[in-house]
Amino acid sequence: MNNLEKYNTVFINNFHITEQQLPKMAYQSVSAWDSIGHMGLITALEEAFDIMIDTDDIIDFSSYEKGKQILKKYNVAI
Amino acid sequence: MSQSDLLKDKIALITGCNRGIGRAILERFAEEKAVVYASARIEGSIDDIALELSEKYNTVVIPVYFDVTDIVSLKQVFTKINKEQKRLDCLVNNAGKMQDALIGMVTENLMQELFSVNVFAVINMIQYAAKFMIRQKSGSIINISSIIGTNGNPGQIVYSASKGAVVSLTKTAAKELAHNNIRVNAIAPGIIDTDLLVNVNSDIISNRISKIAMGRIGLPEDVANVAVFLASNLSNYVTGQTIGVDGSVLI
Repeated sequence: MNNLEKYNTVFINNFHITEQQLPKMAYQSVSAWDSIGHMGLITALEEAFDIMIDTDDIIDFSSYEKGKQILKKYNVAI
Repeated sequence: MSQSDLLKDKIALITGCNRGIGRAILERFAEEKAVVYASARIEGSIDDIALELSEKYNTVVIPVYFDVTDIVSLKQVFTKINKEQKRLDCLVNNAGKMQDALIGMVTENLMQELFSVNVFAVINMIQYAAKFMIRQKSGSIINISSIIGTNGNPGQIVYSASKGAVVSLTKTAAKELAHNNIRVNAIAPGIIDTDLLVNVNSDIISNRISKIAMGRIGLPEDVANVAVFLASNLSNYVTGQTIGVDGSVLI
């Protein structure tokens, strides 16, 4: 599984959505992505990529696309 | 108290292990067979005790050195635990700072210092520990407050505010993390026989003992035993509580 597939899988499993919904996913765009769901997403991404995301980046992680940019800081190219 | 392996296979991180209550919690956790990451600020200061406890109790005590107010070092420690263990079952936020000042003599500096160690660092530690615990859907966080935080005391307006904050943040964290099966509790020790009492006049100590219904000053082990309970599965349905360990003291 490449990084993009891993990234997508985390979103799909965490929020119970389809692959088609991914590009438009943003914080609070679906009921599952609330503040509690957000922490679940972060911990799942940390586990998937074996990283620890800084608090500032957790706050900035506002969408599916923004998340890709943030993960680059942790040497995870998507 | 004899060991009964209450914490066998649990991974714990305890801050402020170099003396007093933290040191006692470290020993009791090791006695109950937890794998303990024991923290202190001064490099090398708990190497010997870590080795001694590892051998004495046939477990693993790993010394880690960092200042709880240093977010970079703090993150490095959690990264280390993540790499080595992939999980964290228990966090004990014990490191704290006490300094007295009467109203009218409280400086901005004092407020910043006490709140940095006693409150802000505790919140940061909880944030990092919660990441492990959310992932594994279990965990116990234990915050060391103080009877001064629950009851107040003359000359300790800043300290009491900081330890009172520990009580309230414990309640909020417990509510926020409960659905992930993460428990958050606090311990509020009363007057405990630690290094802090060494230089206190014997008359003052006698006066303090007279206010304790159980007639004695508490031991660090009294606090450590409650920490073991809160870290263990015996307290699986206990969260958001502040447990006083004070022999029913009147202050």
